Amino acid sequence: MASEAHGGGGATGYIVHHLTPLSAGEGFWTFHLDTLFFSVVLGILFLALFRKAAEKATADVPGPLQNFAEMLVEFVDSQVKDAFHGKSVLIAPLSLTIFVWIWLMNFMDLIPVDLLPLIGSVVGLEYLRVVPSTDLNATFGMSISVFFLILFYSIKVKGGIGFAKEMLLSPFGKWMIPFNLLLKLVEEIARPVSLALRLFGNMYAGELIFILIALLPWFIQPLLSFPWAVFHILIITLQAFIFMVLTIVYLSLAHEDH
Amino acid sequence: MNINATLIGQMITFTLLVWFTMKYVWPPLLQALEERKKKIADGLAAAEKGKHEMELAEKRATTLLREAKEQAADIVGLAQKRAGELAEESKQAAKEEGERIIAAAQAEIEREIQKAKEDLRQQVSALAISAAEQILQQEVDRNKHADIIQNLGNKLGQA
Repeated sequence: MASEAHGGGGATGYIVHHLTPLSAGEGFWTFHLDTLFFSVVLGILFLALFRKAAEKATADVPGPLQNFAEMLVEFVDSQVKDAFHGKSVLIAPLSLTIFVWIWLMNFMDLIPVDLLPLIGSVVGLEYLRVVPSTDLNATFGMSISVFFLILFYSIKVKGGIGFAKEMLLSPFGKWMIPFNLLLKLVEEIARPVSLALRLFGNMYAGELIFILIALLPWFIQPLLSFPWAVFHILIITLQAFIFMVLTIVYLSLAHEDH
Repeated sequence: MNINATLIGQMITFTLLVWFTMKYVWPPLLQALEERKKKIADGLAAAEKGKHEMELAEKRATTLLREAKEQAADIVGLAQKRAGELAEESKQAAKEEGERIIAAAQAEIEREIQKAKEDLRQQVSALAISAAEQILQQEVDRNKHADIIQNLGNKLGQA
């Protein structure tokens, strides 16, 4: 299993091959086609599923799909209501999208590590990295979008002057303006960076361990890969949940006027 | 692991997903939830109201039953009283009828006695006349001796 899909280099080559994305383009204008493809497919899967449930949504006895969708909606809604006390049409749907999309992208981790790259190599794809959330671009794509939303709402709710005041005058008052600004900038920038890196780190490490297990002799693999997969179900859900909750918290902080 | 244009693609994808969810997924689902919540609340309220109405109806039924029982008792009492009266009346009527019958019978008896007395008197007078004829050996002229016979008859009648 360990030495069929790549050109050589033994264990290191196998690992590197698995972690190399299928890309097109040069320099900054490189596109990770596998990341884009799988995230879009999973996003469409999410939308199709939930749109179907929403179209048929009735106040009467719900079907299984509607039940499932409603369960998630209520779960997300209660999280939003706990943390966010304002009124916003954006935050709850945003949170639902984040939770389900990240969960689906993380779930790609549980597909056997060699399965999709093998299929890819059959149809002529040299590299295939199937878990979008092991790509920093995917995690930063979401966290930077969230960061823009934080900035947008901060300025919208507090006004330009209010936001500037908060950036410059807290926590130490007007005599420490440069220091305050530095602290605030670190605080603001740490949010998207920590969001993206936390998710990326967890998923990347998890995937790496699956790859390492795949390098072991076949009779040991199930013993390790089964418990790790079970544990991983918890991790992928937890990471999706953490990303969602922190997004809600950050956005509710942006709505608070000091 | 390097940041590149994929980031932009991911941000666009993410934005589109959020937009679609916000526009077409979240509102209908939430609306269905709200509607169901309202429906359940309405149902519970209706059940509560129904229970209350049932209690009221039960109370009313108990009142009606008690009134009906009282009325029935009244009616039975009246009927018993009327029956007593009727019995008394018929008893009275029977008594009167009996007395009347007795009186009539007595009158009849009286008349029969009179009639028998009359018959007896006539027979006695006829007997007396025939006895007198035999004694005199001759015909008594009834026309001649009418006043004697009459006198005799009267005397017998007085006896």
